Amino acid sequence: MKRNALGIIFILSIIVTACGQTGASQGTGSGATASQSYIENKGSDTLVNLALAWAEQYQNDCPDVQISVTGGGSGTGFTALINGTIDIANASRAIKQEEIETAQASGFEPVEFIVANDAIAIIVNLENPISELSLEQVSQIYKGEVNNWSELGGYDRPIVRLSRETNSGTHVYFLETVVRLGSKEDKSIFSADTLLLPSSEGIIAEVRDNPNAIGYDGLGYVTEEVKKVGLSQIGSDLYILPSAETVVNGQYPISRNLYMYTRGEPSGFQKEYLDWILSPAAQEIVMELGFVPLEMVN
Amino acid sequence: MKRNSEKIITTTIRIAGSSSILFLMLIFFFLLKEGIPAIMEVDLSSMLGKRWYPIEDLFGILPLLSGSLIVTVFSMLIALPLGVGTAIYIGEIAPRSVKEILKPLVEILAGIPSVVLGFIGILVLSPLLRRTFNLPTGLTAFTGAILLALISIPTIASIAEDALYAVPKSYRDASYALGATQWQTIWGVVIPAARSGILTAVMLGIGRSLGETMAVMMVTGNAPTVFTGISSFFAPVRTMTATIASEMGEVATGSTHYHMLFLIGIILFLVSLAINIASSTAFQKRDKKGQVTS
Repeated sequence: MKRNALGIIFILSIIVTACGQTGASQGTGSGATASQSYIENKGSDTLVNLALAWAEQYQNDCPDVQISVTGGGSGTGFTALINGTIDIANASRAIKQEEIETAQASGFEPVEFIVANDAIAIIVNLENPISELSLEQVSQIYKGEVNNWSELGGYDRPIVRLSRETNSGTHVYFLETVVRLGSKEDKSIFSADTLLLPSSEGIIAEVRDNPNAIGYDGLGYVTEEVKKVGLSQIGSDLYILPSAETVVNGQYPISRNLYMYTRGEPSGFQKEYLDWILSPAAQEIVMELGFVPLEMVN
Repeated sequence: MKRNSEKIITTTIRIAGSSSILFLMLIFFFLLKEGIPAIMEVDLSSMLGKRWYPIEDLFGILPLLSGSLIVTVFSMLIALPLGVGTAIYIGEIAPRSVKEILKPLVEILAGIPSVVLGFIGILVLSPLLRRTFNLPTGLTAFTGAILLALISIPTIASIAEDALYAVPKSYRDASYALGATQWQTIWGVVIPAARSGILTAVMLGIGRSLGETMAVMMVTGNAPTVFTGISSFFAPVRTMTATIASEMGEVATGSTHYHMLFLIGIILFLVSLAINIASSTAFQKRDKKGQVTS
């Protein structure tokens, strides 16, 4: 019976949009929330705008599904998933081994979906003459080895380093990929005077106002009021600006997957929703919001 | 019949009175239960380290202690003269018409949510300070201290004003009769007579500064740096409250990091307890000299 219903939904999702008649699957759905078509979605602040846009579009297409989206950070999302308060966790980093173990201890296996890609843009103030940096230089800046813009060919001004808080998936990704340049043995960390700002918007606001500042943020958050810096891979002189194209073709050095996690294999309307997210229609929204889709459309 | 209702009323009041003690005990036991394991898990030398970076299990609380103290001390340097000065002006000097406008205004200032002040701090105060003092960044301890002063001035002013109001008119009359000027009366008679109330106001102001979270988290930059001298006032700092607020949502229940955050809570609790005890013992010594207790 369950297989049948899923099959019908699968066919429906191919023929029509992703929106099947969710009512059909209700009888077989497992879990408490499956009896009402209600999806609680929480986690990464990087992903929150995108998840909201998806949810809005999907609720337009299928009015009987209700989706609520909140942010709070990737770790917060995993904690909520493990505690059973939400159905789908958004994350800007992969789930950690300890988190998988805690999930198993509470009786389910987290299932991972890669839903979009995101480039991390290094940003500076528009007045800053620096427009290209190598990955090593960015690492030196954040480790506190380079402290003045003049050392990099800029004005004689102190460098003010901005970062997200340590509970942010972006912070951890940046630490591993940029500060430590992807090396597992490297245990160097951010310079102690790095400003830890509670939000992506806070970083954009400070970089916009402060000519001394350098920051990093997901490409989807970067506005025209700050300058994106071209980055070169290790051992290359080619400086690449972050964009959907340069991420998909692998030229831009710092990009990552964005994830959603469910409590076990999703079924019913949750599965339909996740299938829809991977469809071209939903991936177009990814492009519109400045993130990078899973595959380049055209 | 009358006795019965009286009994009920006194019992109710007694329960209400002791409930605050009960809540305090419960909170303290909860803090101890969650925080004490940290002492076992993190050895003292690393706890007194200069680096707070929980991702790498670096749990040095010195930068957080120093951050909270810098911001609180600096905010008090601004808020004390302004708060007590406001109280003296409203209570002793201002004509009735001015007083009637000023008093509610101070109370409105007390009602502004700290998150709103934080916004003003980010958008107005921090760029202004950066340009005026040519600082690397406007997100500094100084910016936080100014906001905290704004938050604690109304508390200090209204409680200190109540204390001045409680000084009997006969004291002032006696002073004037001896030929004292208004200033001599205020400085030599009214303030000493109201000092216990003024000290209470100051203590509450310090408590308010030490415990404030949101505004501080928004404008101090949250960099866990240790106090190194005057320049630390104009550098980013991370306070204990901001650390708890920004990390508690993420932390796995029962982990070392979780216990450390509660230990920081215990430290905050002990610091404010110490301030309260210090101030009340100071009163008791002076009380013997005879003064009006408000």
